[in-house]
Amino acid sequence: MATQKVTVTLTVNGTTHTAEVEPRLLLVHFLREHLNLTGTHIGCDTTHCGACTVLMNGRAVKSCTVLTVQADGATIKTIEGMAENGQMHPLQEGFHVEHGLQCGYCTPGMIMRAAELLARNPDPTEEEIRWGISGNLCRCTGYVNIVKAIQYAARKLREREQAAAGS
Amino acid sequence: MEAEVRTPPTICGMGHRMKRKEDARFLFGKGRYVDDIKLPGMLYMDIVRSPFAHARIKSINAERALAMDGVVAVITGKDLEKYNLHWMPTLMGDTQMVLPTDRVMYQAQEVAAVIATDRYIAADAVEAIEVEYEPLEPVIDPFRALEPDAPVLRTDKGKTDNHIWHWEVGDREATERAFQEADVVVKQQIYIPRIHVASIETCGCIADYDPVEGKLTVYMTTQAPHVVRTALAMVAGHVGLSEEKIRVISPDIGGGFGGKVPIYPGYVIAIAASVLLGKPVKWIEDRSENLQADSFARDYHITAELAATKEGKITALRIKTLADHGYTDAAANPSKFPAGLFSICTGSYDIKHAFVEVDAVYTNKPPGGIAYRCSFRVTEAVHAIERMVDVLAQKLGMDPAELRFKNFIQPDQFPYKSALGWEYDSGNYPAALRKAMDLIGYEELRREQAERRARGELMGIGISSFTEIVGAGPSRHFDILGIKMFDSCELRIHPTGKAIARFGTKSQGQGHETTYAQIIAEELGIPAEHVQVEEGDTDTAPYGLGTYASRSTPTAGAAAAMAARKVREKARKIAAYLLEVSEEDLEWEPGVFRVKGAPDKSVTIQDIALAAYTNHPPGMEAGLEAVHYYDPPNLTFPFGSYICVVDIDKGTGQVKIRRFVAVDDCGHVINPMIVEGQIHGGLTMGFAPAMMEELVYDEEGNILTGSFMDYLLPTAVETPRWETARTVTPSPHHPLGAKGVGESATVGAPAAIVNAVVDALSPYGVTHIDIPITPYKVWKILHEKGVV
Ligand code: FES
Ligand code: FES
Repeated sequence: MATQKVTVTLTVNGTTHTAEVEPRLLLVHFLREHLNLTGTHIGCDTTHCGACTVLMNGRAVKSCTVLTVQADGATIKTIEGMAENGQMHPLQEGFHVEHGLQCGYCTPGMIMRAAELLARNPDPTEEEIRWGISGNLCRCTGYVNIVKAIQYAARKLREREQAAAGS
Repeated sequence: MEAEVRTPPTICGMGHRMKRKEDARFLFGKGRYVDDIKLPGMLYMDIVRSPFAHARIKSINAERALAMDGVVAVITGKDLEKYNLHWMPTLMGDTQMVLPTDRVMYQAQEVAAVIATDRYIAADAVEAIEVEYEPLEPVIDPFRALEPDAPVLRTDKGKTDNHIWHWEVGDREATERAFQEADVVVKQQIYIPRIHVASIETCGCIADYDPVEGKLTVYMTTQAPHVVRTALAMVAGHVGLSEEKIRVISPDIGGGFGGKVPIYPGYVIAIAASVLLGKPVKWIEDRSENLQADSFARDYHITAELAATKEGKITALRIKTLADHGYTDAAANPSKFPAGLFSICTGSYDIKHAFVEVDAVYTNKPPGGIAYRCSFRVTEAVHAIERMVDVLAQKLGMDPAELRFKNFIQPDQFPYKSALGWEYDSGNYPAALRKAMDLIGYEELRREQAERRARGELMGIGISSFTEIVGAGPSRHFDILGIKMFDSCELRIHPTGKAIARFGTKSQGQGHETTYAQIIAEELGIPAEHVQVEEGDTDTAPYGLGTYASRSTPTAGAAAAMAARKVREKARKIAAYLLEVSEEDLEWEPGVFRVKGAPDKSVTIQDIALAAYTNHPPGMEAGLEAVHYYDPPNLTFPFGSYICVVDIDKGTGQVKIRRFVAVDDCGHVINPMIVEGQIHGGLTMGFAPAMMEELVYDEEGNILTGSFMDYLLPTAVETPRWETARTVTPSPHHPLGAKGVGESATVGAPAAIVNAVVDALSPYGVTHIDIPITPYKVWKILHEKGVV
């Protein structure tokens, strides 16, 4: 059943990869199995859980529902690309400080989704955060501390923004 | 009241809100879950599953699959039969098919397995396998299963009916008498539906058999790696897999909640495939397979009765239950407790007489009867009693809080012996309920409710004052497959005063790497950040029964304290030697031995650790380490009181939880931040089955909720904003006074929610609603009762 392979080029966390892939290969499998970026997880087969969320050209997408060929030419960011120089991104920090993770399985997807949310809305209300992450399921935390973690990051990012504007 | 914090933040013992040590790897995307592991030459397995709930397999034709590029093997029951590996025991001592040779017994049952070089090819090959079935009459309804003309499912066991076991406890006659003499009797049917834990990581494994060494390593999503190793040796010993040749590694686990205790056929098939092929074989189930074939929880059909005086003193409880176990009893209970700890159903109340019986039956549904984040059927018990107390309050026209206060076991009655045989260790039930009532403003809410009712609005207030029973267990009563339910800690102090501690449990998100380190920090004064915690590798960790039933803190947590105390005893001897005084002349404060009366003469635990390897007393063994296998003298009995306020939309039947206050008491707290997290998660897993989740089957045994399209997990939008608080009543028998907390909220929450909804509808004669309380269910009631 294997079909003709297709050449794709993707920039993932700043590194450009060219690969021959089957047209049916899901982006999540390309990231996990071809690039060994296993921080992006799989939690369902119906596009409900959001464990596989990554940023594609800045938009949060469920990478289990994107074909690798659809991502040809795209810029992808995964959880492995969030920290800078070994320093946690404010979202990573927020999840740590506010105890926003337990088993950690949903966490990368949550963080990637939240990253897009804050990029579009730097000062979201609790309601907006809850709706914003409603495509990402967490079975462990009851969401209370995930909301706090995102609020923490929003605060930090705004402060950073202000500091940058001030200097 | 907070537990006393005895160590400074630099040591971070008990009571500190220490940030979790395990977080970094998960936050950087460097967690190591089973599916993240890739071994050289690894093959992938996928499974052919039955479309029928009950059918005879006439033939399996794998020719087309085997002809496909990349397909390495197809394994059927007939192949396993050659090695006598087609059946295996369940943890309850029943039998379960690994792969069928003859009949399938539920929809989605494993029929054959494909091994291929790539997971896409394996999935293609599954589609290419032709199986011919002869459908048989399915038995879906458990009451139908007991009718004399129902098809008998387990003829393989020589059975002539579908009844599995009968279990009873309590004094039948005395209870009978109490019911005859009662002023008031209430009776209620309560169904607690089939649900699924649905941890966000599904189940899977990599079986890696090394044909040269004859050694099998299995990376596996398991909450109980040591028991799995022993069970595998029991099942496959006859084909040369003896226990020292089996290594089970439970890497990072993406949530367990009870669903990763059983040994599923997929694991065993992958192991067989790896042994046959001499290559690593990975099997990862997808979400639909997980929901359709892995162990379910609950499925109890309960008939409950309470007897009481007209003043509202409860005099007796009687419960009769039918338990639907699917085609095999694959619960994961302690072996002497086929209905788990269901006999905690007298709850928080001083009830003189009680009698409980449970009958289990086979049906054509997936096997199980496991926990859903609860200690062996405790949720079923709590739901029954907490509902019944409200049913009685309604009948008597009494406030449900008042009725609870009237019947609570009083603080001075502990240790309390229940009518069904448990000895409750400690509790203060009135204090917890009072606190919850104060926090939510109970009296004010009742006034508001009266006003709203007068305006025809639907507002309800529900209480649940639950008692749990966790921490199995004293080994004289509790075992799994004969293995006693202790747990263990092996603690080693390095020469530079740092430590490594290994445990027989396995965290799935509970934060053991932090909390166990805090316990050792508390006992030895070694900073928690310098205590490395390891679990989940059977080659290195001491034997233990694993993490479920809120048992880690009660058992392994206690083992950590005891091992640390053994180390401290040896440290005292070394300190006496170093300070040239006798042991009695020393006093301990966290991290330091001081000479009494000469406090500037002291040695730190770090000095002592170094001396243990460089300058230990003559005649003493070198080193500083200890092992402890902790066998608790009793279970622990966490408790709490929850109050829920709901508003119901008359037009849509939508129930909106306005507030939910949870007061928990789990004894002394190791890390308040982690305890709060556990309660938030537990409440959400109480809310979920109360409002949304159910595994539903049609009369043919087709599952109607077999994916996340229909099996609804709460998102951040539906989940209420939980308000939590605590009281502290230490366990008198646990070395740290702790009780365990992971499941309290799951156990206690559903009844509070249902009680609130029934309370809202009680003016219209509603006395009970079965969970899940969907908008449609409420809408129907509103119309039937003429509310709208
Ligand atoms: S894996 Fe669940 S949404 Fe992608
Ligand atoms: S932390 Fe476990 S699923 Fe979210």
